[in-house]
Amino acid sequence: MLDSYKDKVTFRRAACIISSIGMLVMAFSASAAMKPDAGDASVFLRPSGIPQPANNLSTPERVKLGKMLFFDPRLSGSNWISCGTCHNPALGWSDGLKTAIGHNMKVLERSTPTILNTGYQGLQFWDGRERTLEKQALGPIVSPGEMAQDLDELVKELKAVPEYVALFKEAYPDEGVSKTAIGKAIASFERTVVSQDSSFDRWLKGMESDMSKAAMNGFKLFKGKARCIMCHNGFNFADDGFHNIGLPGNKDEGRYAIKKVKVMKGAFKTPTLRDVGLTAPYMHNGEFGTLKEVIEHYNSGGKKNLGNLDPNMQALHLSKKEKSDLLEFLLSLTGDAMEVSIPQLPVNH
Amino acid sequence: MRSYKAINLFFISLFVFFSSVISAAEHTVEQKEKQFIKDGALVEKMTVKVGDKINFKNQDPWFHNVFSLSDIKSFDLGSYPKGESKSVVFDKAGTAEVECAIHPQMFMEIEVK
Repeated sequence: MLDSYKDKVTFRRAACIISSIGMLVMAFSASAAMKPDAGDASVFLRPSGIPQPANNLSTPERVKLGKMLFFDPRLSGSNWISCGTCHNPALGWSDGLKTAIGHNMKVLERSTPTILNTGYQGLQFWDGRERTLEKQALGPIVSPGEMAQDLDELVKELKAVPEYVALFKEAYPDEGVSKTAIGKAIASFERTVVSQDSSFDRWLKGMESDMSKAAMNGFKLFKGKARCIMCHNGFNFADDGFHNIGLPGNKDEGRYAIKKVKVMKGAFKTPTLRDVGLTAPYMHNGEFGTLKEVIEHYNSGGKKNLGNLDPNMQALHLSKKEKSDLLEFLLSLTGDAMEVSIPQLPVNH
Repeated sequence: MRSYKAINLFFISLFVFFSSVISAAEHTVEQKEKQFIKDGALVEKMTVKVGDKINFKNQDPWFHNVFSLSDIKSFDLGSYPKGESKSVVFDKAGTAEVECAIHPQMFMEIEVK
């Protein structure tokens, strides 16, 4: 019992001191939690350079030509679909659809992957069937379900446009308008589509950042309990690898069509998580509409399909708060908006 | 006479078998940071003798696979976690291309002489 006035004052003072100490301890521990781990910056910051093949080093002329081709519907058999139709910069360089829509409005089996940071990838396409961006760029153009174009016909069409003939000559003087130069030019442009700094990057650099405490905790979970790092590692949050992540709706054999190895049944390439907040729906078949659904899926551990499941997949037992923190972290990977100018395409007169 | 010859043949075969077992060497290739590593360095090509065994040891925190669809040796070691090791005996001369199906950037050639 605190009877006297003196006792009450002493008690209040003591309570005040204790709570101040408590607040100091909390502030100290919070500020300690605010810092990334040593080594995080070297692992998770995008390198300044981008790998380029010796036979297609970037020049402004090559990038300019590639950008025009990328946005030119002449590249499709119907003269109606360009690369940019599905890889729309306003939609995170994807299309916002569950799965892509191709030639004659055909709904395709797989979703459109973003082209963000594809220049850093070792293999291209969901199943990794091409090694280089130069070859990848030609794939959808000739695919009957996608752009349904005949490459000889395309070369003929482009040769009939004097402005293109001049642009090809400037960019690839030894090749002129050719199939390989088309692929090379588009690849050169794609190598300029790289992730911009996000709240996460600024936090890693020790700059002022709006990275929330929840997002920081989400990052810790990402590297630990949630096991995301098993596949989504490095600055691009992708291991250039292939995994069957146990999607209940999957019937697509994926990488197995390319490599007849059992662990590749139903396996697909790990996509980047850069700008992942802009590229819904998710997974190779667009099975999930939101990142919340994606997190629920991983929390469940996935379900065997086609007789296979990546052994890195296991039930995570994340709490509601942990799932929400993980989501905050994924959203902190959204880079600053890119300024993308749309080129004026040459017209036949 | 015939049985004497057969016994001789048996002992000769036994000798050949054991001498090949004794001379066969064992090598270790580690899987570390998504690379094939031998004696602490990245290995893209190595040479072994017919009958030699290679242990592929996973030193990464994630699962790895090792497979080859080469003419001299076709195998698939499945996927296995950190600390585990699986081995293959290369019993025919030639070249085998070995890869991790999960991480295809992990690729090496094994020349068997």
